Amino acid sequence: MSLMLQVNNLSKQFDSLKAVDDLSFTVNEGDVYGFLGQNGAGKSTTIRMLLTLIKPDSGEINIFGKSVLHHRNEVLRQIGAVIERPDLYKYLTAYDNLSIFAKLSGLKISRKLIMDQLQMVGLADRSQSKVRTYSQGMKQRLGIAVALVHNPKLIILDEPTNGLDPQGIADMRNLILTLCREHGKTVIVSSHLLTEIEQIANRMIIIHKGKKITEGSVSELLDPSHTIVELQTIDDSKTLELIKASSWSAFLQPAKSGIRLQMNKVAIPSLAAWLTETGTGVLAINPKNSLEDYFLSLTNPANYVESAAN
Amino acid sequence: MWNLLQIELYKISKRPRTYIAFAAITAIVAIFQFAFKADGGSYMNLMLQSVQDTFDLDKSKAINGYFMCYIILNTLLIQIPILVALVAGDAISGEANMGTLRLLLTKPISRTQIILVKFAASVIYTIGLLIWMALMALFVSLLIFGADDMLIFRVKGDESQILQITKDDIMWRYFAAFGYAAVALTVIAALAILLSVFAENSIGPIIATVCIVIVCTIISNINVPIIDNTIKPWLFTSYLVGWKGFFYIGTNADGEPLKGTIENWPAIRNSLYILLAHIFILISAAVIVFKRKDILS
Repeated sequence: MSLMLQVNNLSKQFDSLKAVDDLSFTVNEGDVYGFLGQNGAGKSTTIRMLLTLIKPDSGEINIFGKSVLHHRNEVLRQIGAVIERPDLYKYLTAYDNLSIFAKLSGLKISRKLIMDQLQMVGLADRSQSKVRTYSQGMKQRLGIAVALVHNPKLIILDEPTNGLDPQGIADMRNLILTLCREHGKTVIVSSHLLTEIEQIANRMIIIHKGKKITEGSVSELLDPSHTIVELQTIDDSKTLELIKASSWSAFLQPAKSGIRLQMNKVAIPSLAAWLTETGTGVLAINPKNSLEDYFLSLTNPANYVESAAN
Repeated sequence: MWNLLQIELYKISKRPRTYIAFAAITAIVAIFQFAFKADGGSYMNLMLQSVQDTFDLDKSKAINGYFMCYIILNTLLIQIPILVALVAGDAISGEANMGTLRLLLTKPISRTQIILVKFAASVIYTIGLLIWMALMALFVSLLIFGADDMLIFRVKGDESQILQITKDDIMWRYFAAFGYAAVALTVIAALAILLSVFAENSIGPIIATVCIVIVCTIISNINVPIIDNTIKPWLFTSYLVGWKGFFYIGTNADGEPLKGTIENWPAIRNSLYILLAHIFILISAAVIVFKRKDILS
């Protein structure tokens, strides 16, 4: 699989804030690459640097094997992007918007091409409506159509599910997967929600305060053998004593409150059966991926219980 | 570039605010024409009060289409910068405000191209406004009031003058005056575009442009030698009304008007050079600032 994007030692500082700090990562052709971090982690700044909206202080960005700073137009011609909100010309129709951005991408457009694109995102019947009359979900879909109209190799979506209802989120997820699997596109998608990324991405990076925390394949990072299990029982202290006296004690983890174990996901039914056998009144067994726990610790350090990520 | 310009003009044509200026010009010109048609004689009596005994003038012929256009231009060309700023001040900041700037800049177009296209579109809009003004103020006035020789009232130094231009010597002066006004108003457009680069909403650059024009106009009207010699020659507002120079007819040694001449062509030419220099500097500055700008909107 060839390298689509390579970022080396990228840094950007705004006044006293180090927004991106010595960040390096790679995206391969055909990846759905998740870019995960809490709000303010530096995701949007990094994406804006990839798209030449912000100039990096140091570091280099190579896309399709070419420096984005030195071959800007050549590189951008093959990228489609939706950055944060899908803001478009509200006083123009969807058809006009798509037509304008297709022309700006250097494309010779036909009415059929525009309508096909609008059909793909389910907006063909509203092609002549002004964008100001669109719902958030419709604007998001039109934004995707604008990003795709020039048939780019690389698609960058910054928080594409922001403001969408559950159905909209599911549609967006399916669209991204379709783009990758059926059309062979490479997609970079940023989010502050791990659950969103883990459902669509095959590789991901987590950044925090502009720095890379971890990068790798989602299957590796979401290793089921390190699942955190949170137990809620009628009498937690009695249950804890029972566990300490059993073979399950090897899996116990420190916790501020309640009971936490780190174990392979497949062992959860056995744990449940054992708890039933011992007559423990189980209220809930809540499995959480270790990465999710780790990620939550970044977004809200006050709740962090150490070791989850280790 | 032509493709980009077409897109820009299309966007401008689709925005309701574009037509505010055209509507305003139409309304003001119509009010002038109505007022002069109804009671132009009173205005003429007032203007000619001091010379009524010296000259024998047919006042009914003095109010004609050419004269009306001159009066309207004299009033409107001071206010038109506000109308130009409405569109040019929105050029970049409006895109930033809508959020379309970041999408625009992810397309394979250089930032220099974007500024130049926005500027070109603003110039075309300005010329459109002037053509509309010419149609309304000159040609409609000619239809309503007819054509005749034109009287120009002028204050030169301490003395008041009345210049008379024959009707067959006027039209070319108007074409030249509108051409000059287009250059002068392009300075306003360039200034508004430069200010637009710094802002992320349209109101700021529009108000800032108008404020700068007002402040500079006030300075241009302060008659103190030190300002006359040091600041005024470099202020674009000192040259905004330079179009009037085309109506100051040249004279021979006996003071007789010479058809087809203007009194001080070198002064008009120098004014144009200074205005063009302003345009070049302002647009260059806009390009430099925009190329360095991080797009955070």
